[in-house]
Amino acid sequence: MSKKITVSKAIREGLLEEMRRDDKMFIMGEDMAVMGNVFAVTTGFLDEFGPNRVIDTPISEEGFLGMAVGAAMRGMHPCVELMYDDFVTVCADPLFNQAAKLKYMSGGQCSIPLVLRMPMGSGRRNAGQHSQSLEGMVCHFPGLKVVAPCSAADAKGLIKSAMRDPDPVVVFEHKLLYAKKEEIPEDEDYLVPIGKANVKREGKDLTIITWSREVNFSMEAAEKLAAEGIDVEVLDLRTLVPIDWDAIKASVSKTHNVIIVSEEVKRGSYAGEISAQIAEELFDELDAPVERVCGLNIVSPFSPVLEDQNFPHPDDIVKAVKRVLNK
Amino acid sequence: MATKKKNSEEKYSKELLLGFYRTMVRIRTFEEHAAECFTKGMLAGNIHLSIGQEAAEAGAFATIQPQDYFTSTHRGHGHVIARGGDPKLAMAELFGKRTGYCKGKGGSMHIADMAKMNHLGANGIVGAGQPISAGSALASKIMGDNSVTVGCFGDSSTNEGTFHEALNMAATWMLPLVWFIENNCYGVSTEIHRVTNTPDLASRAAAYDVPFAVVDGTDPVAVYEAMTKAMDHARSGKGPYVVEAKVYRYQGHYCGDPAVYRPAEYMEKALANDGIEKLGKKLIAMGVKEEELEEIKKAAQEEMDEAVKFADESPYPDPSEVTDDMYTADNERCVAR
Repeated sequence: MSKKITVSKAIREGLLEEMRRDDKMFIMGEDMAVMGNVFAVTTGFLDEFGPNRVIDTPISEEGFLGMAVGAAMRGMHPCVELMYDDFVTVCADPLFNQAAKLKYMSGGQCSIPLVLRMPMGSGRRNAGQHSQSLEGMVCHFPGLKVVAPCSAADAKGLIKSAMRDPDPVVVFEHKLLYAKKEEIPEDEDYLVPIGKANVKREGKDLTIITWSREVNFSMEAAEKLAAEGIDVEVLDLRTLVPIDWDAIKASVSKTHNVIIVSEEVKRGSYAGEISAQIAEELFDELDAPVERVCGLNIVSPFSPVLEDQNFPHPDDIVKAVKRVLNK
Repeated sequence: MATKKKNSEEKYSKELLLGFYRTMVRIRTFEEHAAECFTKGMLAGNIHLSIGQEAAEAGAFATIQPQDYFTSTHRGHGHVIARGGDPKLAMAELFGKRTGYCKGKGGSMHIADMAKMNHLGANGIVGAGQPISAGSALASKIMGDNSVTVGCFGDSSTNEGTFHEALNMAATWMLPLVWFIENNCYGVSTEIHRVTNTPDLASRAAAYDVPFAVVDGTDPVAVYEAMTKAMDHARSGKGPYVVEAKVYRYQGHYCGDPAVYRPAEYMEKALANDGIEKLGKKLIAMGVKEEELEEIKKAAQEEMDEAVKFADESPYPDPSEVTDDMYTADNERCVAR
């Protein structure tokens, strides 16, 4: 059995089911309670769970994320939202120095079962401080797990797994996916395991490694390429940390050609990290150098004409595939 | 019948004051032992000593109940001793040994003991304990567990945004939170009033409609009284309370810092107000024998000698443990690449 709902509704369902099964869980963030979130992810939660478990915060990101860390140390399961991932810079300490490190620094005395949801990504014409894809920065910090779903089913399944995970999990949700309507399973216990990639499309000529909204663009590119007789495999990582190396290895060993597609600033990107790992360990499998297809090394521009140049579109992916295959 | 108002020495039992004295002496002795080990090169890294802050810590922690929680700072050894922690495990952590509170993964600035002390951790980031303590108080409010969380931190962290953000939320949501500021007037080399526009720091609580007290931190009784009131306030559901204890930091910022940036008068005042000496005199005036105080000092020496011996003889962590404790689930894959 399945049904068709938007990605934001799928996330809402996932959170709702987890709130009902786990009385240690609470939700905290800006405009999460009375308004029910700017993307309607928590509509109705305040009525059902009350103000102790659905908390509207002041605009104090460092304060409330730090409080969520403290509550998590006490065994609570906070689910915190930053309205945009760009705001992680104003609460870097509680995420990078506290949530990520306290387990290790205390010699394993505590877990930090915290989920941090971060809407990310380009394309909404919000300019440089509301459009970033900061996966590379977040994945840098040991102690965090990082997921970035592209579909309604994965978004629901991963948010539920994240809530049940004992470690801090950062969930990157692409803002331009929220309104997308997709089939999802009816099953209340539908979980997508953290750390498992998904072969979205099988192919033999080249592997596109990607995540989040760029999975959809990669699928469009794959269709266009298929019409020209080029058969690409699309590997949706879904989880960035821990990365599904087995899946990468299997795919690269089959196709021998790779591009990595993300919306990140190219310099210092997680795409670059994956590229380096492939070069280190799978060099002998490669027929051509790995190419990264990312954003430019610039600030996200506002004007639509400019912003559209700053993240990979299906045609950019098609061109990159042909470059690598020398076609 | 007319009663004469008792002064604080008479209001409290000799046993309570002796308890303060013992804690203060134990903190100082622990720190002196740590300093000696550091000077001899037995410790890695840096340590920050609580010498001069013992009275405040003894008075404050006497008001914290077993079910209560606390956070601490880089200058946090005194809190561990005052809370009844084991000096052996604390010293071993300073040595980076496997037997330390954090298995040698935290060190002096990051001692934590979640299970026995409800110690949510000392923290190397100034101000980080403010939201963490407030978050613990939020957890208590959600769970309704009747515990209070005490956030301990120094003067300079009140200039972090976390102080204002977390106190505002704690006040708005009436959280069972007490903040205990030990104001030794210095953030590393910078005298607090050179960079801060209020004579007292706790008075900033008024901005959030939070009650506060400012007390002499060389007098454990004054701190005990203020903290008792603060803890009662927080426990009874009236929201947070801030207590500022004025203390002295006898050493520089870290052990070995000669503190040349500080005027000579600072230490003259400090020594004239030494908490241990003042309380010792009070106790003798109350009829305690000098030998009894000497006995406390001697016991502390022996206890801390033993702690050093334990730490020194303990094994270092096995190098193979380096990637342990990063994650609770699937550590192997998360640290692999």
